[in-house]
Amino acid sequence: MTAEVLLQGIVSGLLMGLVYALIAAGLSLIFGLMEIVNFAHGEFLMVAMFASYWAWALWRLDPLVSLPLTVCLLFILGAATYWGLIRWILDAPMLAQIFATFGLAVFLRSAAQALWGVDFLVVKNPLVEGRISLGGLFLGLPQLVASAGALLAFGALHWFISRTETGLALQATAQDRQAASLMGIDTQRMFALGWGIGAACLGVAGALLSLFFYVFPEVGATFSLLAYVAVALGGFGNVPGTLAAGVVVGLVEVLGGLLIAPALKYAVVFAIYLAVVLWRPQGLFGRF
Amino acid sequence: MPTALDRAAALALLAALLAFPLVFTLPYPRDVMIRIFLYAMLATAWNVLAGYCGQISLGHAVFFGTGAYASTVLAKQDWLGVWASPWLGMLLGAALAVLLSQVIGYPVFRLRGHYFAIATIAVGEIVQTLVINWDGVGGARGLFVPIKRPDSLINLQFHESKQTYYYIALALLLLALAINRWIVRSRTGYYFRAIREDQDAAAALGVPVARYKQRAMAVSAGLTAAGGTFYAQYVFFIDPESVLPLSLSILICLVAVLGGVGTLWGPLIGAAILVPLGEVTRIHLGGTGKALDLVVYGLLIMIISVIQPGGIMALFQRGLRRS
Amino acid sequence: MIAPLLDIQSVTKRFGGLVANREISFQVAPGELIGVIGPNGAGKSTLFDLLTGFQAPDEGRILLDGESIAGLSPDRISRRGIGRTFQKLRPFGHMTVLENVMVGAFQKTTSPREAREQAQRALESVGLADRAQAHARVLSTGQRKRLEMARALATRPRLLLLDEVTGGVDQRSIPALVELVQRLHADGTALVVIEHNMRVIMGISQRVVALHLGEVIAVGPPSAVTGDPRVIEAYLGRAYAP
Repeated sequence: MTAEVLLQGIVSGLLMGLVYALIAAGLSLIFGLMEIVNFAHGEFLMVAMFASYWAWALWRLDPLVSLPLTVCLLFILGAATYWGLIRWILDAPMLAQIFATFGLAVFLRSAAQALWGVDFLVVKNPLVEGRISLGGLFLGLPQLVASAGALLAFGALHWFISRTETGLALQATAQDRQAASLMGIDTQRMFALGWGIGAACLGVAGALLSLFFYVFPEVGATFSLLAYVAVALGGFGNVPGTLAAGVVVGLVEVLGGLLIAPALKYAVVFAIYLAVVLWRPQGLFGRF
Repeated sequence: MPTALDRAAALALLAALLAFPLVFTLPYPRDVMIRIFLYAMLATAWNVLAGYCGQISLGHAVFFGTGAYASTVLAKQDWLGVWASPWLGMLLGAALAVLLSQVIGYPVFRLRGHYFAIATIAVGEIVQTLVINWDGVGGARGLFVPIKRPDSLINLQFHESKQTYYYIALALLLLALAINRWIVRSRTGYYFRAIREDQDAAAALGVPVARYKQRAMAVSAGLTAAGGTFYAQYVFFIDPESVLPLSLSILICLVAVLGGVGTLWGPLIGAAILVPLGEVTRIHLGGTGKALDLVVYGLLIMIISVIQPGGIMALFQRGLRRS
Repeated sequence: MIAPLLDIQSVTKRFGGLVANREISFQVAPGELIGVIGPNGAGKSTLFDLLTGFQAPDEGRILLDGESIAGLSPDRISRRGIGRTFQKLRPFGHMTVLENVMVGAFQKTTSPREAREQAQRALESVGLADRAQAHARVLSTGQRKRLEMARALATRPRLLLLDEVTGGVDQRSIPALVELVQRLHADGTALVVIEHNMRVIMGISQRVVALHLGEVIAVGPPSAVTGDPRVIEAYLGRAYAP
């Protein structure tokens, strides 16, 4: 374990962490709005990755080129999920809410398997590939682009939520649904918008990930668990908090793999998560 | 309160179930019934924690796996002779599961609602990962249960016919139901339900919330582990993929949710529908690696959660009230 | 001098920059009925949370029968003899009225039959016996208030904290509720009652504690407190101060 390997690990953990942050941000947004955990979050990501893959396989569109399309597709998927499913369980018991999105997750995952099989697919010869060398460290160019893209998207999301009128309306709805509606904010539209944006974040993340990650029906599973952990760490509903939390998760994953055992790296992440929520149930930055 | 009619119906059902293997002597129908009993028992065990006490665990496979692995590892210890019996293994597994549940519960019960559910998923994933990497119990390759002939009750192995398995599974289910029923009528049951309804209001009435959550967890874990031991002795092979996965945890919940969470009959109804349904979809849609049976499951779960989260029992009760 | 049942000594509670309770001190004698008044945000419910273990004080002491209860968990405080109702009513919705009260009764017995009897009696004392088999969630506000009281009563507390007796209840039902509180008092239970209805609180309290912005601004018999200029100013504004 040289310092070089460690540093390499830290950097790649950081880069991956930014992508986790973007994935978690969508989840956090949705939860902040209506206190529903989207257990199909990973599957949305999987859909985004498949969309990018097929755009490449069928029309030779590079994931970066088809990114806007993927984002739109995911936005529609998110909003449609709200209209078709979530709307009916807003006030249902928690078990029903858990199962509704979990059922969606099972449905999406197995539909993908039914349609496209279990093989690991990969986008070959993307626009962005290869490595660059930066001060003795090797950084994969796709990973770098993905992290930069994730950071940009995260920034855009933050700007949207805190600086635009619609974004503020979203925040208001998240804080007090009734008060917001009394002020003329259409809460149904806000919820659908929240789901749409949350899914759109995954559209960006999925397109970026497909540059260098394998695409297969189960791919969402691990990402979603890591996303839950990041959201819980950052504090449910606290979108800026997920940036730091996502990076923490990325770092713990890599360092856990390096310092303990590669096969156990996810176990380490979950163990750290449990340790944190024990000490601070509201997460590192959450307020409740 | 159960009426005379309810009691008569229950007795008639019991009689039918006892007579079933005498009428249906082929292995396949017996196998289906055995699996119905097993899932109903697992769902009943889950119900104690989640249905009555309101703590939605999505990681219950951990306890199932504990039971399966404990009895299998014990059974492999030939030097123990008769002390390696899976019955002892069942007790051992249950004890370990209870212990594990207390260790897990102590930190995790500080969380509520969704946070608790996610933490249980995390625990389940941790345990599965650890076992996959633990060669001492077979790792990812799993363990084969040592075959011991001739068939004997003490070794909990029957190769000639499934009849004894059937009765054992039924007995386990009845045990779980009896425990469930006893709890519901006792102070423990009232405390469980109060915790489910409003944990803080319960505390303000003197209910030791943490202690009772742990108790619910313990009962639930022990029963689930017993099911795990039975499974190991029935199928003769266990591995992390079959006894510890998230999908098993979810399936257990689904059985309870479909039938009616927090009711006595719910798990039975849920299992009686899902196991045959699983067979039908597996035969006609699954098995081609196309996972179409899971597509159906996913749709089913979504539909139930939207239309009637109370499960079939709730539909039934609503129908009764209207008439 | 009888030792106080409840002794609150200079209790302070902060939430970040907000001081919800600042150096609150007063005592409750056994069997005494104390009214607590104060405008919204005065810190009344926070005080109840501190007394019942839902929050722990940052400074100060809370003694029940001379023993400190500050920071104990709610269930332990309940078992030591303090019962409470909540301002936002919290019935066990999917359980029947009788079952709700039985949960309280189980604090004193493990036998379901005994708990049922005790619960029946508690329901009779609050006038809800005829609704025993109804599910709690179908009750009206006034009925829910009674249910909360019956439930807390079933734990046979020595001190009962009532958070808003008449809030949200229709005019017609108020006298019956007031009479119920007085009956409890007559039975020897010490009571601390948060109330906004001045007529009610002045009619039943032996002493009144007035809170404003987290501090005690007056303690004494009802007439003294209502005449206190600080109280008048806090409630009605400076224009009305004498």
